[in-house]
Amino acid sequence: MKRLDALWALLAGIAAWQALVMITGAPHFILPSPLRVASTAIKSYEIILSNAWVTALEVVLGLVLGTALGVATAIHLTTSALARRIMLPMLVFTQAVPVFALAPILTLWFGYGIGSKVIMAVLIIYFPVTSAFHDGLSRTPPALLDLAKTMGATPRQSLWRLRIPHALPSLGTGLRLAAVYAPIGAVIGEWVGASKGLGYLMLLANGRAKIDLMFAALITLAIMTVALHWAIGKLAARLDAYAQG
Amino acid sequence: MTRPAPTSSATLSTGPSIHFKGSFTFSTGPLFEDVSLRLGGGEWNCLLGPSGVGKSTILRLILGLQTDGHFDGEITADDGAALTNRVSYMAQSDLLLPWLNVLENTCLGARLRGQTPDTERAHSLLHRVGLGAHLDKRPASLSGGMRQRAALARTLVEDRDIVLLDEPFSALDAGTRADMQELAAKALWGKTVLLVTHDPAEAARLAHQIILLSSGGATTWPTPASPPIRDIHAPDTISCQAALLDHLRAGTAITNQTPQEGAR
Repeated sequence: MKRLDALWALLAGIAAWQALVMITGAPHFILPSPLRVASTAIKSYEIILSNAWVTALEVVLGLVLGTALGVATAIHLTTSALARRIMLPMLVFTQAVPVFALAPILTLWFGYGIGSKVIMAVLIIYFPVTSAFHDGLSRTPPALLDLAKTMGATPRQSLWRLRIPHALPSLGTGLRLAAVYAPIGAVIGEWVGASKGLGYLMLLANGRAKIDLMFAALITLAIMTVALHWAIGKLAARLDAYAQG
Repeated sequence: MTRPAPTSSATLSTGPSIHFKGSFTFSTGPLFEDVSLRLGGGEWNCLLGPSGVGKSTILRLILGLQTDGHFDGEITADDGAALTNRVSYMAQSDLLLPWLNVLENTCLGARLRGQTPDTERAHSLLHRVGLGAHLDKRPASLSGGMRQRAALARTLVEDRDIVLLDEPFSALDAGTRADMQELAAKALWGKTVLLVTHDPAEAARLAHQIILLSSGGATTWPTPASPPIRDIHAPDTISCQAALLDHLRAGTAITNQTPQEGAR
């Protein structure tokens, strides 16, 4: 039923787009019709796919590295009072700096390749993953930790066998946010300076007044983001189901 | 009619007597001063008293758990051995892990310590508490009574000499509670048990020794002549329960708790 609803919403969106083109009479270099965009997408599928692959790689690498760093930081914050005292205020402070403003610097430091885009994606998802997972790790019921202590478990054993499984739904929440933010980070990085990727292709097409190609790239990016959100949502749902029995 | 106490064949071990003596102070003031109590070895000791008087704090101190204040005193066993790793604990909440099944939850202690669980023993104990047909079920699919029975089996698997129970049956309906009291009394026979409870009927039925804790200290309350597990209809059980309730009500009426004490 949900899938059917999504299909109807998609068809309605395309119909509204077509109606807007017909009503306004906008030229195709301002607002191309859905049919024209589809035709361009088919004709230019090789260039779109080759750039989509680069963006997908940046997003997935950013997600994996950002999640790994976020999880490691959250565990460190949970186990070390010193880390909490020093790192937590720093983490909050870093949120005052707009990550997008760092994109030119990252491009300067790490070049036009995928490295600077991956780091951009890592930076943008690091805080939500760290924050959500640390919050989950901190909310283990104290009575459960007391029980573990009376059973002779060390803090490390409690961490791995109680706290982390208990916090998996919170990690899922962080991952859901990361799935939304990671493509934004990668594309912003590509806009600032890149030679490949969907963000680069959109800027290139825009500069050459190939608005239909720009739209095709944009729609490809949207499809990739929805697919990523769906996959991460499935993973997060599995984490929820595991932790809640 | 008095129910017979479980025979010695049901005895798993005999716990030591425990002597508790000391004072406990929060940063804002004392919780209790010079409280002295003795838990009978291999017996059920029921601790009653108004909320905020320090029952759970005493339990946490015996368990060796962190408290928010300072304890000045000593807790010793009459066999001279340290209490570390000799005490097991069962709380009001079953504390079952949702992601483990009943059998895995029962073996939680070994799993946490990284040891190989004795699943054969866990199987046997789960059958004993009536969960033999539910080994693979997750806690979410069990009733409240079944969950507490699983928690009891988890406590039994640890096979400690001393068992501390913090109102473990208070959230159950009356019928399930009575069943669980009997089951626990039989299963923990021979161990030194400290049961923190607010229920005079529970104490009258199960206790070898009833200890009342108040701001004035700890005192013992006479138990019925018949041995536990006592028949709930027996006149001496009923009169003990009624007298205990009267005493607690009178104590509650005159107790002036500070908000902080009441919250503990």
